[in-house]
Amino acid sequence: MDDLYRDHILDHYKRPRNFGELDPHDLAGSEHNPLCGDELAVQIRVKDGLIEDLRFQGQGCAISQAAASIASEELKGMELSAAGTLGADWMLELLGIPISATRRKCALLGLKVVRGAVSGDHDWPSGSL
Amino acid sequence: MQQAVSAPEPATTTLGIRQDFPILARTFNGHPLIYLDSAATSQKPNAVIDALADHLRNHNANVHRGVYPLAAESDAAYEGARKRVASFTGAEQLSTIFTKNVTEAINLVAYAWGRANVHAGDAVLITQMEHHANLVPWQVLCRERSAQLRYLEVDEHGQLSLEQLDSELARGDVRLVAFTHVSNVLGTINPVAAMTARIRAAGAVSVVDGAQAVPHMPVNVAALGADFYGWTGHKALGPTGVGVLHGRTELLDAMEPFLTGGDMIASVEAQSATWNELPWKFEAGTPPIAEAVGLGAAVDYLGAIGMDQVRAHELALAAYMHTRLAEIPGLQIMGPEDPEHRGGLASFTIDGMHPHDIAELAGRAGVCIRAGHHCAQPLMRALDLRATARASVGVYTEPWEIDALIDALIAGRAVFGT
Repeated sequence: MDDLYRDHILDHYKRPRNFGELDPHDLAGSEHNPLCGDELAVQIRVKDGLIEDLRFQGQGCAISQAAASIASEELKGMELSAAGTLGADWMLELLGIPISATRRKCALLGLKVVRGAVSGDHDWPSGSL
Repeated sequence: MQQAVSAPEPATTTLGIRQDFPILARTFNGHPLIYLDSAATSQKPNAVIDALADHLRNHNANVHRGVYPLAAESDAAYEGARKRVASFTGAEQLSTIFTKNVTEAINLVAYAWGRANVHAGDAVLITQMEHHANLVPWQVLCRERSAQLRYLEVDEHGQLSLEQLDSELARGDVRLVAFTHVSNVLGTINPVAAMTARIRAAGAVSVVDGAQAVPHMPVNVAALGADFYGWTGHKALGPTGVGVLHGRTELLDAMEPFLTGGDMIASVEAQSATWNELPWKFEAGTPPIAEAVGLGAAVDYLGAIGMDQVRAHELALAAYMHTRLAEIPGLQIMGPEDPEHRGGLASFTIDGMHPHDIAELAGRAGVCIRAGHHCAQPLMRALDLRATARASVGVYTEPWEIDALIDALIAGRAVFGT
């Protein structure tokens, strides 16, 4: 089996969870991957400080789409304040596949959109990525 | 499964020079290196690597300053490279300027000619198929001068329309038209001579981005009639860090310098300076000496093959690549259908696979192709695409490498189950 394109990655790519529009929503954001021009947006509904529901929209490679899909399942029910501080390790561990330096931006795009929507931090991840 | 209607005609074209390129002996995951990304940068023959190393080992000194014999050798090597480059492209030495790359060549024109000649109410005309290098400098110029930036459209065959060029020029406000010789995304070869003649007749200045043309086909800048023609060394078997701008002498003479500093001056007073003559007026600071020498060796190498042979070889490869890519279900190729109208590259998409995933999977099989927006985002938007995969050939490419690409794409589709 391919290291990168494992069944669970391809499954999330072909049948992404929590993709679409969410209205009404409390938070929204969008980011793009400058490497490939891919765009991803998120809408989040908040209740009692928790992420009650969220939806992603956009298009991209298997890695970026699968990462957003996998993240969406974990983010539901999470404390909003915690979601705003999630790190790259959280995302990469969830993905569970070896991610090369050039695909790191793809893998982190979903989390980047969420962090931007939650905390207005559009610069993450900065520097060395 | 699709039934193969007929086996493709096996292509046999080769220049028999693969062994001149040491990097092509490398292997990846047990596969030979199949380098189909020459539109991004070319690989280098021993002749170029050796010329570069020989200059640094044996002839290195700064140019235009020293009186000792070693400095004279370095001068001769650098100016000799200019002579070979100018001769290779049918240009004059004194109007052949070494820059860092084609981006700097175009910025030179945008700053040194554009700032003096484009004013409020004027227009700059470019095309939808431009690389960002021949787009952003004009955006910045137009914003600064309150000028209008207008675009020639790309039709469904990936081509420009001379009628639209005529009607744009007839508006009477166009001061400059910038366009690519060969599109790095569509592969389209534009009718440069027909366009520059119209532009000149309308009293405007033409700027041609030749980055994807000079390495792949005979280019004679005098015959093409471009006022400015820029290209880059690293795509033409040369080193990175050296590009070329050919300009019309009377335009260059009338222009103020772009970058200022050492080497580009005639004399410097406390409050003023006068400029060196062409071409050095536009070469501020220590130039890329060894890189220019390497580029000189590159054009010698290409010239020895003959650019007609290079074009014939790449045309045959492009036609073969087109035929073989078309065998793959769900694959769409951008750009002109007729190989005569395109360079040796093919941008394509495959249904159900993102271009990055296509390129990633090809890379596992040692096949290097590009994926992304190819520094042409306005074009991608016009095509309603975010990204494409792109395979591009060079002088060293052989037909079996195209076969390996096709095998890799078929294997990639199997991974995705499409």
